[in-house]
Amino acid sequence: MALMEKHAILEKSPTLLLVSSLLVVTVGGIVEIAPLFWLENTIEDVEGMRPYSPLELAGREIYIREGCYVCHSQMIRPMRDEVERYGHYSLAAESMYDHPFQWGSKRTGPDLARVGGRYSNEWHVDHFIEPQSVVPESVMPKYEFLLNAKLDGEYIGDLMSTHRFVGVPYTDQQIEMARADFKAQADADGDYGDVEERYPGAPVGNFDGQPELTEMDALIAYMQVLGTMVDFSTFTPDESR
Amino acid sequence: MSEEDKRLDEETGQYTTGHKYDGIEELNTPLPRWWLWTFYATIVWGVAYTIAYPAWPLVSGATAGVLGYSTRAVVAEDIVEHEAKNAALVEELTGTELASIDPSSDLHRYAVARGGAVFRAQCSQCHGSGAAGAVGYPNLLDNAWLWGGTVDEIAYTVQHGIRNENDPDARWSEMPAFGEILTSEEIAMLVSHVQALPAGAGGDAETLFLDNCASCHGDNGEGMPELGAPNISDAIWLYGGDEAALTETITNARFGVMPAWGQRLSDADVRAVSIYVHALGGGE
Repeated sequence: MALMEKHAILEKSPTLLLVSSLLVVTVGGIVEIAPLFWLENTIEDVEGMRPYSPLELAGREIYIREGCYVCHSQMIRPMRDEVERYGHYSLAAESMYDHPFQWGSKRTGPDLARVGGRYSNEWHVDHFIEPQSVVPESVMPKYEFLLNAKLDGEYIGDLMSTHRFVGVPYTDQQIEMARADFKAQADADGDYGDVEERYPGAPVGNFDGQPELTEMDALIAYMQVLGTMVDFSTFTPDESR
Repeated sequence: MSEEDKRLDEETGQYTTGHKYDGIEELNTPLPRWWLWTFYATIVWGVAYTIAYPAWPLVSGATAGVLGYSTRAVVAEDIVEHEAKNAALVEELTGTELASIDPSSDLHRYAVARGGAVFRAQCSQCHGSGAAGAVGYPNLLDNAWLWGGTVDEIAYTVQHGIRNENDPDARWSEMPAFGEILTSEEIAMLVSHVQALPAGAGGDAETLFLDNCASCHGDNGEGMPELGAPNISDAIWLYGGDEAALTETITNARFGVMPAWGQRLSDADVRAVSIYVHALGGGE
């Protein structure tokens, strides 16, 4: 058992113990994390995924700022009860343009991975102003102030550049036209053809029903696109998953 | 520390480790056997687990595991298994004319139970968990129906929704915003006329009503379900019947939207929830 007694060497040298621990953890990290970057089945190919439009991206920033992820998950697990309640289980591809992803870890409120299109814009406005007005048993706080926070999209192009820097494939044109698209998506009476061309399936409309473009518009635009991008009619689960 | 410092401690019957500091020594008590063997067992179990289940990353994918387990396959099987239990009822439900289902039959009982589950998961957020609705979201318990309250009409509404962009067959109507057409005095006259319906306020207000509103809401405000034009002569108000709410409704109009649930729910679910809503009490 001479070999087994060699651990005394590690135990007697804090520096050696620290370095060795780091090496062990590194091996674990390499085995668990590194393969995700080359395994082809990590992110399946699916039809319909696109980067968020400028307005949706701004809404996502508000979602993160307000800490929505603390109470809402965006991850439908492959279990019958979840699939029946929320819809098709989430795919890795559906959060591939999320930096960081919003899977969350706890559900005080329901999962939001497929909330897009489930409720009308008016419902979202009513619900954000006072959740209890439509769902009396809700414990969600009120977000009425979003209606008063006006947005003009001044830095939205910069935000998209940042997302491009971390891997979201925004084109030069998308970044150049960011501010125009930002405003066009919230104006159903305007010319939103370019938005629909650059961001297929993007919900267009005056989301909050007010003349000004507010944080409420952005957040609802984000809500309405969640989980709606992937075309599940063309999806076949990877055999190896 | 050295080999020479190890000695048998008579008190405990154990050897010391040889650590000695200021006369203090350390006993070399071995780990309890049960603990040690449990520890070894977890290592063996861990290795066996990675062989049995998907685990080790390779070049283009991970090892599949000898048991062939897949979470996705399991959920798919689970759903098939549970659907198979009701397959006969579901087939009967989707194959029978909704209006012809006997309310005392087992099929109806099944549809109400299934529809209730669908309603609580999908519909209650707007229409309330007890289906009593809220301001802007119709009460489904009473017998006032915007788009008709027969079971087939309810099923159409559930299937295609109302004023949504996703379904070309969605029910659609749009009240004009009379704030752009009438003066505020005229709107005030209409408000008082509508509040006084079915008798009405008479005079100019009635003329105004007949000219602008009656084509959809009817001469006496009885409404027109084909157009989703509500009955405005009763005491049931979707957005409120007080002066402020009515002024807002006439000035800017309302545009309630309902999603097309046919795109999310199965045919059986749509039919079940329609029967459930019809059976709540107000069904025609």
